[in-house]
Amino acid sequence: MTIQTEPFIVNIGPQHPSTHGVFRMRVVLDGEKIIDADMVVGYLHRSLEKLAEERTYTQNIPFTDRMDYLSAMSNNLGYCMAVEKLAGIRVPERGQYLRVIMAELQRIANHSMAIGTFINDCGAWQTPLMWMFAEREKILDLFEMTCGARLTCNYMRIGGVAFDIPDEFLPAVNGLLDDLPRKIDEYEKMLMENEILIARARGVGTIPRDLAINASLTGPMIRGCGIPFDIRKADPYAVYDRFDFAIPVGENGDSYDRFLVRMAELRESVKILKQAVPALPGGPYKVDVPLSVRPPVGDAYARVESPKGELGYYIVSDGGTAPYRFHVRAPSYINLSVLREMVIGASVADSIVALGSIDIVIGEVDR
Amino acid sequence: MTIELTGERVAARLGELLPETRVEAIGHSVYVAAESLLAVCTALRDDADLRMQHLTSMTAVDYITHFETVYHLQSLAKNHLAVLKCRIDERDEPEIPSVVSVWYGAQLQEREVYDLFGIRFTGHPDLRRIFLWEGFAGWPLRKDFLQISAGAQHPGLPHFPKQEQGFGVLSGPNWTAPEPPRQS
Repeated sequence: MTIQTEPFIVNIGPQHPSTHGVFRMRVVLDGEKIIDADMVVGYLHRSLEKLAEERTYTQNIPFTDRMDYLSAMSNNLGYCMAVEKLAGIRVPERGQYLRVIMAELQRIANHSMAIGTFINDCGAWQTPLMWMFAEREKILDLFEMTCGARLTCNYMRIGGVAFDIPDEFLPAVNGLLDDLPRKIDEYEKMLMENEILIARARGVGTIPRDLAINASLTGPMIRGCGIPFDIRKADPYAVYDRFDFAIPVGENGDSYDRFLVRMAELRESVKILKQAVPALPGGPYKVDVPLSVRPPVGDAYARVESPKGELGYYIVSDGGTAPYRFHVRAPSYINLSVLREMVIGASVADSIVALGSIDIVIGEVDR
Repeated sequence: MTIELTGERVAARLGELLPETRVEAIGHSVYVAAESLLAVCTALRDDADLRMQHLTSMTAVDYITHFETVYHLQSLAKNHLAVLKCRIDERDEPEIPSVVSVWYGAQLQEREVYDLFGIRFTGHPDLRRIFLWEGFAGWPLRKDFLQISAGAQHPGLPHFPKQEQGFGVLSGPNWTAPEPPRQS
């Protein structure tokens, strides 16, 4: 007796606990194996690029918070750097150091969430997530202390940062930096050699090296394939060239390697913070820039190493108070280019793990 | 430090690799005609001197008289960055060759440009809207796409006559306030 089979389409999302937001993926299954996958995004499209054309450059900074809402500091930083590049504004030393400190704290907070949700996708529910959230809460408290908000910080300004750090900041961050290495050791002990994690993540979502470069991947996606590309080293911005840190790379380009890269980046961020916080100079933290700054006619592209990858801002100015074109090179969006290649041939369970290892934030994918 | 190559440097190298192709260098960008776009991109990617194997960003700008697609190219091996631009003078049905065959990363980025600007990329394997739903009328990021915003200055509007109804969803007020209850 022959069994008749036909391909079966399964819809994953947009409401789904493991799609990291409103992300929809339609997979065509042949038995248990995925033979085709298609992603549908745009559920969170807020036309920020169009709205930004009507607001002044400073008014657009809160928009950048809400794109990659899990790493607002990096978003703000990239945008301010692009406008400063266009307008030729130099940020004072203290402002640069504060930017680096906030960006690295944001990286630790983001990776705690990214690793935690990745382990959740692998089946460990929320226990590792909540363990890592304990440290993330302390970082969000630091942000709230400084700029008033935990998530959508709106802290960077064109020409520096918005506020100086309060007196409670330095003791709190030093206490955190004393605790963090021990906590990261705990996470590693709990997760690194975990049989189930290795069984679920090794060999899943593998990306070949050549495809990684050709598909414009950046961030832990490309570093997991063994290519040591990190903008903090390749094109240092703020004062990153003064600090000593390494770029962790993976070997195989699978989900487990991306997880290892993110865990190692936690340690590197702590290393940078331990050098930056004691070296924080005095002086002004921003330069006086008019509220409606008018950069000269032209275009500029500036990028930062956001926790997700290369976050670039392409701004075209026509000499007015609002940008003529405001484009965000969103790493989450471009990292999704290889989604199909990663999940074809795998099972639905593996596709969730692979998607979790990309670390997408739908606010950035859709803008 | 990533070196940002000047337009002249890239244009000079392209002059050596593809002598018949006309390229123009303005500031830090190199302008290339749409017909030679694929040849230029392939040359930039495969050249041993430039090795632009990473398409960092691809987008488009609406300059009212023409569109421009902007490609930011990067070489991870040599750590330099170049900007390639291509003018499209056609406004009603703009078309340009797709560079997906050169850089796979252009696939999603070209879909986004098609969705928001309406520029067709010939040779793209799957050109359809990505953020907006199927059946959405209009190309939102064009300067002639109207938007409700009290007192906002639109750089392009004086060039375009009044839009007829049915262009996108924001051509006119969709909602008017109800009458306040009468006081008796």
